[in-house]
Amino acid sequence: MLGRLSWAAIPFDVPVVMIAAGSVGFLIFCALALVTIKGWWPYLWREWITSVDHKRIGVMYILLALLMLVRGFSDAMLMRSQLALAAGHAQGYLPPEHYDQIFSAHGTIMIFFVAMPFVVGLMNFVLPLQLGVRDVAFPVLNSVSFWLTAAGVLLVNVSLVVGEFARTGWLAYPPLSEVAYSPGVGVDYYLWSLQISGLGTLLSGINLLTTILKLRAPGMGYRRMPIFCWTALASNLLIVASFPILTATFAMLLLDRYCGFHFFTNDLGGNPMMYINLIWCWGHPEVYILILPAFGVFSEVVATFSGKPLFGRRSMVMATMVICVLSFLVWLHHFFTMGAGANVNAFFGIMTMIIAVPTGVKVFNWLFTLYGGHIRFTVPVYWAIGFMVTFVIGGMTGVLMAIPPADFVLHNSLFLIAHFHNVAIGGVVFGVMAGITYWFPKAFGFTLNERLGKSVFWCWFLGFYLAFMPLYVLGLMGATRRMQHYSNMQWQPLMLVALAGALLILLGIALTVVQFAVSIRQREQNRDVTGDPWNGRTLEWSTPSPPPAWNFSHLPRVDRPDAFWAMKQQRGTSQSAVKRTYETIQVPRNNPTGFYLAFFAVLLGFSLIWHIGWGAGLGLLGAIVVCLKQAWRTDGEIEVPAEKVAAFERVRGGQESAV
Amino acid sequence: MSATEQALVTADAVPLSLQGPAPKRVVAGYGFWLFLLSDIVIFAALFAAYAVLSGETAGGPTAASLFDKQHVLIETACLLASSVTCGFGSLAMQSGERTSTYFWMTITFILGVAFLSLEVSEFAHMLSIGAGPSRSAFLSAFFTLVGTHGLHVTLGLCWLIVMLLQVATLGFQPMVSRRFFCFGLFWHALDIVWVGVFTIVYLGAH
Repeated sequence: MLGRLSWAAIPFDVPVVMIAAGSVGFLIFCALALVTIKGWWPYLWREWITSVDHKRIGVMYILLALLMLVRGFSDAMLMRSQLALAAGHAQGYLPPEHYDQIFSAHGTIMIFFVAMPFVVGLMNFVLPLQLGVRDVAFPVLNSVSFWLTAAGVLLVNVSLVVGEFARTGWLAYPPLSEVAYSPGVGVDYYLWSLQISGLGTLLSGINLLTTILKLRAPGMGYRRMPIFCWTALASNLLIVASFPILTATFAMLLLDRYCGFHFFTNDLGGNPMMYINLIWCWGHPEVYILILPAFGVFSEVVATFSGKPLFGRRSMVMATMVICVLSFLVWLHHFFTMGAGANVNAFFGIMTMIIAVPTGVKVFNWLFTLYGGHIRFTVPVYWAIGFMVTFVIGGMTGVLMAIPPADFVLHNSLFLIAHFHNVAIGGVVFGVMAGITYWFPKAFGFTLNERLGKSVFWCWFLGFYLAFMPLYVLGLMGATRRMQHYSNMQWQPLMLVALAGALLILLGIALTVVQFAVSIRQREQNRDVTGDPWNGRTLEWSTPSPPPAWNFSHLPRVDRPDAFWAMKQQRGTSQSAVKRTYETIQVPRNNPTGFYLAFFAVLLGFSLIWHIGWGAGLGLLGAIVVCLKQAWRTDGEIEVPAEKVAAFERVRGGQESAV
Repeated sequence: MSATEQALVTADAVPLSLQGPAPKRVVAGYGFWLFLLSDIVIFAALFAAYAVLSGETAGGPTAASLFDKQHVLIETACLLASSVTCGFGSLAMQSGERTSTYFWMTITFILGVAFLSLEVSEFAHMLSIGAGPSRSAFLSAFFTLVGTHGLHVTLGLCWLIVMLLQVATLGFQPMVSRRFFCFGLFWHALDIVWVGVFTIVYLGAH
């Protein structure tokens, strides 16, 4: 009846898990109870769950990522505290089979369910506003993408209580991830949650790519497109070109596990090394999918707060697109030690050094933008400068490891761990934090508390150096990754420093929550009434904060880069006393398809993980029925009458109506 | 001057990239093209796996001993012909001729079913002689590559039924026409993939 599922799947005998699950369950219960008592369900259903507005979906992506950041970071705290304790005769408090699940879950969650939703959320919120249009190309599909991502998140978290998670590392290399060596459900949780959320990411990539290439305000040619849109273009090109490889690779591993195929097994001709090649053909572009939009955020932030156009705009675009192409030519540097031979290693080593060049170009562009500018040292600028210092160090250790002989020494050591956290935290996290602070007033109509924002920055910045600089040293001393215990007592002091760094980052995360709470309380003091709190340069700042569902009452006309800046310059000269007329605007109607599809996707995934035949059948059937129902919907849009648009503009009109 | 010619003249004055948001028909088709490209990347990964594993027969049957090229030739003819009839169907749909749309699309459907039955009979034969996907890495890769294409054809046939039902219930409204156009793209893309399968898998077996 329930396949392999039984009470034995719930780890009643592991107190750590039960306490964690119990408290999370209690929190969820409290949240649901609060929503029910306050009668917020209709509001939530109408304004958020079924919303197909790109701004709402963007905000939900970022909330999801913030929640999962807490989950992924608790895994990190467990690992750091275990390693601070488990030296010499001490064994720490986490047994190896539990520790293995923690590092696998940490990597999987941080990349797929923190970094990805952060970046996709920012792109979702910002792109249509910067492009001067009313929504993304396919609004309902956008909601489907978000809810499929949420379905993957749910499945990963269910594995905490029901069954187990993979013990294979975050990329589930075979033959370890094959049934012969991982007979439990851990790898299946990993595969199905990532297949479901990966589909969501792919659909979102197609959607945003179509938006950038086919929906731009009149006059916004490619040469006038904001830099964040360019980096998002490169990022989404990479999503569309690389996520299918991930889907195909996981499908092959699933066939091996479920149907006895021999793609990656040790016997009957299977080839585990093919998996490692295929997964990194996705994995390396994935690195740039995450970092390129962060580069875009820094470009916007640096230009805005220096009060200058971005230095070397054209070279920035070129560098972005060169990285986009080259990112497909470096995947083998993740496994120089596999034995591909000296010539192959030399090629990929050289390509890796070459891809650092356009990134270097970008760093100089940002520096020269700041040079001679009237810099306002706001929170986003703190993040941007912190990024430039930190990312350059991470880049240099990366180039160091691009030398194959050096990599043979450093491969799978803590040096590598320090390197990729150096670029992931120093690049992606700092970029996302800058982006959230920068666009928060646009989303909610008030700015975030600056003082607390700066405290958050210092906690992350110093915490990062304390936590990861010791790991570089430990790596050179011979400490490997994924170890649960070590005998060399000389490592322990550095491990303790790393723990202190992690605690400082924890304080930073806690202060982020405080920052949100305080800013919401003080929202009246920090209200953004102009829609342009930072004296911005791009079109999103021409709308009121928060923008109406239709974004722009009139589509703006663009005749140069930094379009909004130009409009503000011309405002004094052109007398626009002409009374504006408004037209009826079509906006997409709310749609529950995404939510229902996610429900059936969770049912399907969970049933497949536990081999519950009827559940899988029901999940598939439900998903098909939901799709068919959507196919016959003919009332996809509602009309906002011209009078309503006019009334909105009279009361809340942004800068757009003034120019 | 007709309306379309008029549109072309105005369009000439402003470059396409500066004209503002594209109409829905263009956006839908473009998005679907991108989806097809991503689908083709999936096939690229499966082709790569097949290329790596095609010699790994683990002492089992080889490609040369298994494939009946005449059988595959008939299969190929069915699929290619179905693309032609699908094209006629699309033309009929564009000119709003309902009967002729049904006619050509039904023929497309029958040819698709013929292709699938031939494929299933090939698979059944291989399974019966012990050459199933679990026998060797080569056979795993073969069944996955060809099977994934077959799965796409099956989904395409289901989609075709849905589209015919949509024409019957909703008529040729713009939404239905856009979807029919995307279906056509999908069906032709499957042909292109099959040309690759035929060349690399079947003709490549020796």
